[in-house]
Amino acid sequence: MAVEKFDKIIEIRGVTKVFSDVTVVDDMSLSIKRGEFVTLLGPSGCGKTTLLRMIAGFETPTSGRIFLEKQDVTGVPPHKRPINTVFQKYALFPHLNVFNNIAFGLKLKRIPSGQFKTDKKTGERTETERKYTKDEITEKVERALKLVNLAGYEKRDVNSLSGGQQQRVAIARAIVLEPKVLLLDEPLGALDLKMRKEMQIELMSIHKNLGITFVYVTHDQEEALTMSDKVVVINDGAIQQTGTPKKIYDEPKNAFVANFIGESNLLSGTVIGDYKVAFCGKTFACEDKGFSKNEQVDLVIRPEDIRLYDANSGKGELDGEVTSSVFKGTNYEMIVATPEYEFTVQSTSGRKAGEKVALAVLPAGIHIMKKMLTVNTFITEVTGENTVSIGGGDFEFNNNGEFERGERVIVEVPFNKISLTDDESDGVIGGNIGQSYYKGAYYQIQVYTDDDSDLYLDTADEWDMDDRVGILIDKDGISVKKYVEEDDGTAAASGDGTNAENGEADEYAEA
Amino acid sequence: MPRLKFRRSYFAAPYLLLNVLFIIVPLVFLLVMAFTGEDGGFTFANFASFFTGANALRVMGRSFLIAFLTTAGCLLVGYPVALILSNSKINTSAVLVLLFVLPMWINSLLRTYAIKSVFDAVNMQNEYAKVTIAMIYDFFPFMLLPLYTAMVNLDKSLTEAASDLGAGAFTVFLRVRLPLSVPGIISGVLMVFMPTVSTFAISEIVSGKPETYLFGNLINDFFGKNEGLYGLGSAYAFILLMLICLTLFAANKLAKGGELGRGGLL
Repeated sequence: MAVEKFDKIIEIRGVTKVFSDVTVVDDMSLSIKRGEFVTLLGPSGCGKTTLLRMIAGFETPTSGRIFLEKQDVTGVPPHKRPINTVFQKYALFPHLNVFNNIAFGLKLKRIPSGQFKTDKKTGERTETERKYTKDEITEKVERALKLVNLAGYEKRDVNSLSGGQQQRVAIARAIVLEPKVLLLDEPLGALDLKMRKEMQIELMSIHKNLGITFVYVTHDQEEALTMSDKVVVINDGAIQQTGTPKKIYDEPKNAFVANFIGESNLLSGTVIGDYKVAFCGKTFACEDKGFSKNEQVDLVIRPEDIRLYDANSGKGELDGEVTSSVFKGTNYEMIVATPEYEFTVQSTSGRKAGEKVALAVLPAGIHIMKKMLTVNTFITEVTGENTVSIGGGDFEFNNNGEFERGERVIVEVPFNKISLTDDESDGVIGGNIGQSYYKGAYYQIQVYTDDDSDLYLDTADEWDMDDRVGILIDKDGISVKKYVEEDDGTAAASGDGTNAENGEADEYAEA
Repeated sequence: MPRLKFRRSYFAAPYLLLNVLFIIVPLVFLLVMAFTGEDGGFTFANFASFFTGANALRVMGRSFLIAFLTTAGCLLVGYPVALILSNSKINTSAVLVLLFVLPMWINSLLRTYAIKSVFDAVNMQNEYAKVTIAMIYDFFPFMLLPLYTAMVNLDKSLTEAASDLGAGAFTVFLRVRLPLSVPGIISGVLMVFMPTVSTFAISEIVSGKPETYLFGNLINDFFGKNEGLYGLGSAYAFILLMLICLTLFAANKLAKGGELGRGGLL
């Protein structure tokens, strides 16, 4: 049976969803094994809920296919899928009591009756279907209520229940149908912390008892790490990394994952060679290899992997000063400022603010990642004698008469050639700040332009998410190349301002 | 020093005064006149005439029948329309709803004359049909709006949950949409039924024939045409008021029994 248990129950192949010109899910591929507890984790608006809704059947992918037990279910309506959903805001029927809410699906379900009939024309023998009897329904509802610890609540009005109880009814209503896959859309989001912890444990035990595949959507990284067999980190409509909670925590694939999962120190460094990396002006031993020499990389150091020693004790590689120290119940969280970077450090032994320390990092604590992108690439067109369209605005570049107006071109802009202005009108185009990552000495910032393309840039200043900014590009930093249409025509279809991701983001870990 | 206490309820005083002046006092007048005979003394004769004379009961029955037909007609036409309008895919900007509700802002007499000229143009003869159709036309927006509001406010996740649990489109309608639109139905029915049962202008304008003489016309004539029959007019108006109150009471009971929350009128 082991083989049976670990086959793929859901397979998502190249699914894309576009809502009125906005690509919410961008060419995602993912497979989910039978019986797994899989969590789709990402910030709000990353596309995780849309992906879940496509699995449930509430949305149809713009392109790509979804398979359930090797059957293509892409266009199958929700009521014909053996999948049930626990909704974010419970979605209990207010006109029905607890019993009738849970029995709703049972009353509609048809099951094989055990009796056979023979078609007179074809002579085909088929099993007839029947509905559940009243007693069967009562028995199943009672069993489901017992499973969610609400035995005896059958007659209660759902409006009189607390949030946690309503959530349990919603879970009971979905599992009573014995679905092949249970989808949970941020089911604990509306509960308070204590209740949430309790429900987490209960959900895990329900998963264990039933053996049903769970697909769980959340933006809470702690919840994801606690509950899941497998975590799928999603950002900007693309899967960033798939793996076990431990793997995702210990070996984040890129700066986004490192930043999103747990507390982390995110820095920029240079690979010196195998097992050697330089950052903050010093060379450190590490356990990663396979990067090319002098490659610019991102690296993540978890706060618990940093050791602090007394200054001048001869131990430790970096000198710093503790700027704050907070006791967090089980350990101390300290900020240690070095000339290049402010490290977050966790330790069971606390040091006082103002203390001078020497800081050491264990080789196993340094995790090296490929840089997400170092240049922005756009496929766009020349709009004037020496201007080119980027993100809906016309930016100057050094043309030298090489390109004509209207010509399709590939434009590359390095991260450090873009600058932001406080006043939107000072920039050539406006935009909103998205994610930003502190890289030690500078921030890497994502900016959404008004025509919905995104730019990445490096800046020394800190910007707040969702701030309106003006965008300027150094005209010497814009490199323009002739655009040659690819054979498969995909590049041509992607149009103006599409950001060509590097290979890293397209690679889905297939465990 | 005694402090002047200023309560929020003091702000209600002007409204209380208005209520007393324009609702309570006229009601008292009505009640007094209903029990006043032609000689100025106390009498039950006005009420007695309602129950003894065959005409009054028949006219009232006719009023209720037409009001019932009008309400049923409005509901029959209004429910599917509201259902279609509440679908955001079809009704993307709510402009369509506006078009349906727009006539509400035009004086009802104008609308009544408008439909009358339509009847004249097609040379319609059936007096009952004329009055009923005119009333449906006049009161349709009052049915549509509460229905539409109840349907538009329906949490989309409820219909999604139903289809997730195995319900096809029709079952979703029967088990979720319909029961959850009941408050809208109740308030729509009240909004249409109550004014139509007491109306007199519409029947007079579009028909004016004895066979469509309504209870509202009867009361109106006591006060207007046959000057001086204030006692009879008041008694009949009082009876109608009581019947309307009973209807309201019953409707409220019905709505509460369902415990359906918003969408209800009262």
